[in-house]
Amino acid sequence: MKILVFLKKTPDTETKIQLSNNNSAIESGDVKFIINPYDEYAIEEAIQIKERSGGAEVVIGSYGDDSVRELIIKGLAMGGDRGLLISNQGLADADSLTIAKILAAAVKAENPDLVLVGKQAIDDDNMHIAPMLAELLGWAHVNVVNKLSIEGGNATAEREAEGGYVEVYKFPLPAVIGANKTLNNPRYAALPGIMKAKKKPFDVKKISDLGLDQAQLQGKVKVAIKSYQYPPEKKAGQVFKGEGVDEMVAKVVKLLREEAKVI
Amino acid sequence: MKVLVFVEQRENKLKKSSHEALATARKLAGSASDVAALVVGGSVEGLTSEIKGYGADTVYSVSGNAFHHYNVLNYAAALEQAIKTFAPKLVLAMATPMGRDLLPRLAARFDAGMATDLVDIKNENGTISGTKPMYSGKCFAQLQLQNAELHFASLRPNVFKGDSTGDGNAQLTKLDVSPVTGKLETVEIRKGKSEKADLTEASVIVSGGRALGSADAFSILHEFADTLGATVGASRAAVDAGFAPHDMQVGQTGKTVNPNLYFAAGISGSIQHMAGMRTSKVIVAVNTDPEAPIFKIANYGIVGDLFKVVPAMTKKIKELRG
Ligand SMILES: Cc1cc2nc3c(=O)[nH]c(=O)nc-3n(C[C@H](O)[C@H](O)[C@H](O)COP(=O)(O)OP(=O)(O)OC[C@H]3O[C@@H](n4cnc5c(N)ncnc54)[C@H](O)[C@@H]3O)c2cc1C
Ligand SMILES: Nc1ncnc2c1ncn2[C@@H]1O[C@H](COP(=O)(O)O)[C@@H](O)[C@H]1O
Repeated sequence: MKILVFLKKTPDTETKIQLSNNNSAIESGDVKFIINPYDEYAIEEAIQIKERSGGAEVVIGSYGDDSVRELIIKGLAMGGDRGLLISNQGLADADSLTIAKILAAAVKAENPDLVLVGKQAIDDDNMHIAPMLAELLGWAHVNVVNKLSIEGGNATAEREAEGGYVEVYKFPLPAVIGANKTLNNPRYAALPGIMKAKKKPFDVKKISDLGLDQAQLQGKVKVAIKSYQYPPEKKAGQVFKGEGVDEMVAKVVKLLREEAKVI
Repeated sequence: MKVLVFVEQRENKLKKSSHEALATARKLAGSASDVAALVVGGSVEGLTSEIKGYGADTVYSVSGNAFHHYNVLNYAAALEQAIKTFAPKLVLAMATPMGRDLLPRLAARFDAGMATDLVDIKNENGTISGTKPMYSGKCFAQLQLQNAELHFASLRPNVFKGDSTGDGNAQLTKLDVSPVTGKLETVEIRKGKSEKADLTEASVIVSGGRALGSADAFSILHEFADTLGATVGASRAAVDAGFAPHDMQVGQTGKTVNPNLYFAAGISGSIQHMAGMRTSKVIVAVNTDPEAPIFKIANYGIVGDLFKVVPAMTKKIKELRG
């Protein structure tokens, strides 16, 4: 069995977002980058499937610039077998469908039994890749998965929907699964593991190596980001302290009714 | 501009947030004749009259056993058929778990643009643009949809007005769609414990943090929530400690919420928590620490013990409501 996991490089959740270049870009200079948190659950799940089945190959892939290499190596240190970096050199401002097309080409080249991604990247907050990638491949997908089990060529997945609803699906492999936080507890990649992981096989591919035409992809980008802005500032609120609880509660309830008009 | 709205139902009830998608579509389209709605389910034709008030002249329905529960491949087949029939320029849905699962799949099928979770959308002479929160609301991006004849967009719940326009004819057309077999089978849909609105759609949320100290202590928040008709949420610290299930988590690795009122009890206001709730219209914080960062974004705050403040507030609101 072969499992392909895709990870994305995203800013650390602590990051304060700074706009630059007349609000046309996001400053990346001081930003600490991490593996998108949901992708760690995807990697962990792949490794657990490998451990249970005793012999799957886990490929850790990403589309991005050369700095993604160290994040892929972190995934290899967790237990992945081979790295795959698809270089984004020359293709600016790809939207998610373009990225899905590139990842789909990589999937076709690798021919895995299962593709695991995170349910959502915490930078664009899109939740696009799992459904788009599966559609381009003609496979089923289940996104926001809390539980996954695989038996032979079939899988069962539980998806978290709204209001505590859980949808349970059964489907044949290959398929695309998007990992949610409750899927597992990702292991920690310790330093010695990272040193060893640097020696694991690692492929770097260009978009053209996957049989895709960069100019053609660029010409079909459908979602353009024109500019960014900061969220509107909130003006300072009224904080009550040092009075009796009932007094403070009465004041806030009055404000909620008469000023904010929300209750 | 022709706009097709995917309206969402569960258990034969139209989602309240679908009114927002219909009303927005009506505005973008300019006339009711340019708006169509698609409703999919076991037997959903009865929902037509409700849709009528929101300015759609056409309602497509796809029904049958295979469509009773959500299944992305069957629902995608239904939406594909409706798109081919109506030939819209824009397909609109709400950015709910269902909308966010279904639309990107169709966008890939039609090689179309996909803008998700918009808080603003415009049609300027046929060019569609929108505003989308990114980095959990730490910034907003201005998006423009281009290079395709068809685009998809989903709207963040509770942002757009869901007012009825009253001018739709809502003529029902049943579409005949074959379900997809052998690829994805819905085994079951397990119902959640609560009848409450999902956090992402709730208009009032009462959240508790680490300070609650136990799962039992959450009962004071549930009681408070019941008096307000609110949904209960939690910080990650409360979830990780086992006081609340993960589907209640608000924040960067939980849910992004946008209620009219967000009440935070015993939550410090970490950057990751605020990322998920900072766009709430009114924020109320209760915390024993006057320096807690949550007070910086709160409209109203009480420095005090939540175990005293929350029951007092429940009592006060019960009194007012008689
Ligand atoms: C990658 C990553 C992702 C994360 N994602 C999320 C996320 O999605 N959501 C999230 O919430 N967090 C997230 N976190 C965790 C976040 O950093 C904080 O640890 C967490 O939000 C703290 O929760 P808390 O406010 O309940 O707890 P604390 O920070 O411990 O705050 C408890 C507060 O309660 C107050 N208090 C104590 N006793 C009382 C009392 N009797 N009455 C009133 N107030 C009292 C204290 O003064 C304090 O301010 C994430 C962290 C990381 C690293
Ligand atoms: N550039 C990329 N390279 C590899 N995987 C990606 C990339 N972008 C997104 N993904 C995967 O798709 C998931 C969902 O991303 P998104 O649709 O952007 O929210 C992420 O959690 C990753 O697993």
